[in-house]
Amino acid sequence: MSSTSQEKHTSEREIHASEATARETTEGTVYTVSGGDWGEVAAAVAKSDDEKIIVNMGPQHPSTHGVLRLILEIDGETVTEARCGIGYLHTGIEKNLEYRTWTQGTTFVTRMDYLTPFFNETAYCLGVEKLLGIEDQISDRTDVIRVLLMELNRLSSHLVCIATGGMELGATTVMIYGFRDRELVLDLFELITGLRMNHAFIRPGGLAQDLPPGTIDALREFLKKIKKNLPEYDKLCTGNPVFKARLQDIGYLDLAGAMALGATGPILRSAGLPHDLRKAQPYCGYETYDFEVPTTDTCDSYGRFLLRLEEMNQSLRIIEQCIERLAEPGPVMVEDKKIAWPAQLALGPDGLGNSLDHIKNIMGTSMEALIHHFKLVTEGFRVPPGQAYTAVESPKGELGVHMVSDGGTRPYRVHFRDPSFTNLESMAAMCEGGQVADVIVAVASIDPVMGGVDR
Amino acid sequence: MSADKSPEKKGSSPGASAGDAQEPEGPESTVPAQREDLGDVIAVRRGMFGARNGTDTSGYGGLVRTVRLPGGSSRPYGSYFDEVADELEGALEEQDVEPESVIEKTVVDRDELTFHIAREHLVRVCQTLRDDPALRFEYCTGVSAVHFPGDTGRELRAVYHLRSLTHNRIIRLEVSAPDADPHIPSVVSVYPTNDWHEREAYDFFGLIFDGHPALTRIMMPDDWQGFPQRKDYPLGGIPVEYKGAQIPAPDQRRSYS
Repeated sequence: MSSTSQEKHTSEREIHASEATARETTEGTVYTVSGGDWGEVAAAVAKSDDEKIIVNMGPQHPSTHGVLRLILEIDGETVTEARCGIGYLHTGIEKNLEYRTWTQGTTFVTRMDYLTPFFNETAYCLGVEKLLGIEDQISDRTDVIRVLLMELNRLSSHLVCIATGGMELGATTVMIYGFRDRELVLDLFELITGLRMNHAFIRPGGLAQDLPPGTIDALREFLKKIKKNLPEYDKLCTGNPVFKARLQDIGYLDLAGAMALGATGPILRSAGLPHDLRKAQPYCGYETYDFEVPTTDTCDSYGRFLLRLEEMNQSLRIIEQCIERLAEPGPVMVEDKKIAWPAQLALGPDGLGNSLDHIKNIMGTSMEALIHHFKLVTEGFRVPPGQAYTAVESPKGELGVHMVSDGGTRPYRVHFRDPSFTNLESMAAMCEGGQVADVIVAVASIDPVMGGVDR
Repeated sequence: MSADKSPEKKGSSPGASAGDAQEPEGPESTVPAQREDLGDVIAVRRGMFGARNGTDTSGYGGLVRTVRLPGGSSRPYGSYFDEVADELEGALEEQDVEPESVIEKTVVDRDELTFHIAREHLVRVCQTLRDDPALRFEYCTGVSAVHFPGDTGRELRAVYHLRSLTHNRIIRLEVSAPDADPHIPSVVSVYPTNDWHEREAYDFFGLIFDGHPALTRIMMPDDWQGFPQRKDYPLGGIPVEYKGAQIPAPDQRRSYS
């Protein structure tokens, strides 16, 4: 129907509201059914101003960070109420851990918040080590490598946050840059652990193996590149009027709100509180590193973006200090043979394998060693009964682990307090009263990863 | 390897080789707290390697192992724990509540302080811990539930970790409820962050938090039956063939504990 005829019919409809009109054309009689009382309905709807629509954003939506479902009640462009629907990525990791040995647990927890695998592993392993009472026996080199991996991981996690956040605003250059730089970090992970994600490299008592040869050179090379690349985000985004207009004063959550809602990480620090577990309750020797905890007092998405940039620079500082300390060789597993995984894995033709020396020892010379190897691998070590809580500062905030042992070879109960889960609770406080487009910005500034939220 | 090795011996791992004999504890020792009881018996395990079905020829079926969690401690607790306990007891007395009726037990284990709180007093204790200037546990890391089906009358536990940013401290509250009456008061009014955490504990353990604004399932589908993380809820799974052998589902495999 052409626009002119539509105008004609509209005017006709006002005259005979519920009648069908007929007119002769060369192709026969054409009846125009004007919708009777629909005209009145439409008119009534247009007049009413309390119309509210419930919109389900997600769980399949490119800008909601995975399978997050946002249930928005909107009035025009204004979000009047916002709620989260989560659980679409629940994989029962906590339950599954109860049916595996303590060592196997790392393989599960690394998959929770899949952007911060080393933080999951470290938090878990610190908990097991606390239950075992072997915190003092963890070697210095283990701690340095753990810190190194965590800080590299902080970089990659923040880069994904900035990249996806940019993509959601339509700033695809930021996305491309972010993933380009994350790739540099993942290359290092691949060199060190053999895997880009889901490493299960940090184990109770130490690490799966020592750094491979050439790591230090690769790290230095990486630092050179990333130091050249990081300022590009500043050039692209910081001070960019479009970027600022989208982010400033959006996703506002002040200190009282953040405290009440239990938000941690960049959200809490963007409200001006310099709370960082690396400083407050140091673990893995963080108290011996020289770095700063940046804060802003803008309480908004823009502040969080700036914080993440600055935190990446601080991470680079820590990585440089790690490289210096890595010059000293040392063990990467506790001495206690009842806990230490029996073999240093050596890369075989299938990408896995045991050290040939170790196999020669257990198969050829020592039956006791074979028995111990078998017991430790199949049965696992026992952990004295009790409970422990350990927490690390993940890029998203406080990642806490509450674990209970009944003295067996498997965890009795492991609960993860994932920062994404708690931070996502503040979504409603940040979004209600704002515009629909700002919901995207606010959620991006929370940086939730559904693998961690749902576990 | 002794499974019943007492856990308060810091620095000695289970079955650690001889030579790391425990040193006498000085007054500055980080874990000076004395055990006044052997601890809660949460389960009595029998047999090993799954040898429980009457066809046991290994002799392991006769093994009996009593599982005890660390028991209550007596003063001094060490570290900042005494100060926190004093302040909490004092604050409760100011409110005309007997601390003994509120704090059932205090456990110091692995450098961590745990107050076992009677469930009817939980909200009052949280409010006090948050608001008292000397305590100021202003930040709650949520609630973690644990299920001990063998601990009759105290099967379900809700465990809260409270952090004080002001004083840089952390403590743990533990509240229990029987399976038959799984009610615990909600602390959402004190710590709004626990909204989702309590929903999660309800979803997985069936703990009902009285006073919660909207206690609904959060992870599982709304029409889900049962509470998946309880110990009597099976993990599920099917046998998988691997290199010609049938590998049973994880919860059907041989267990060593």
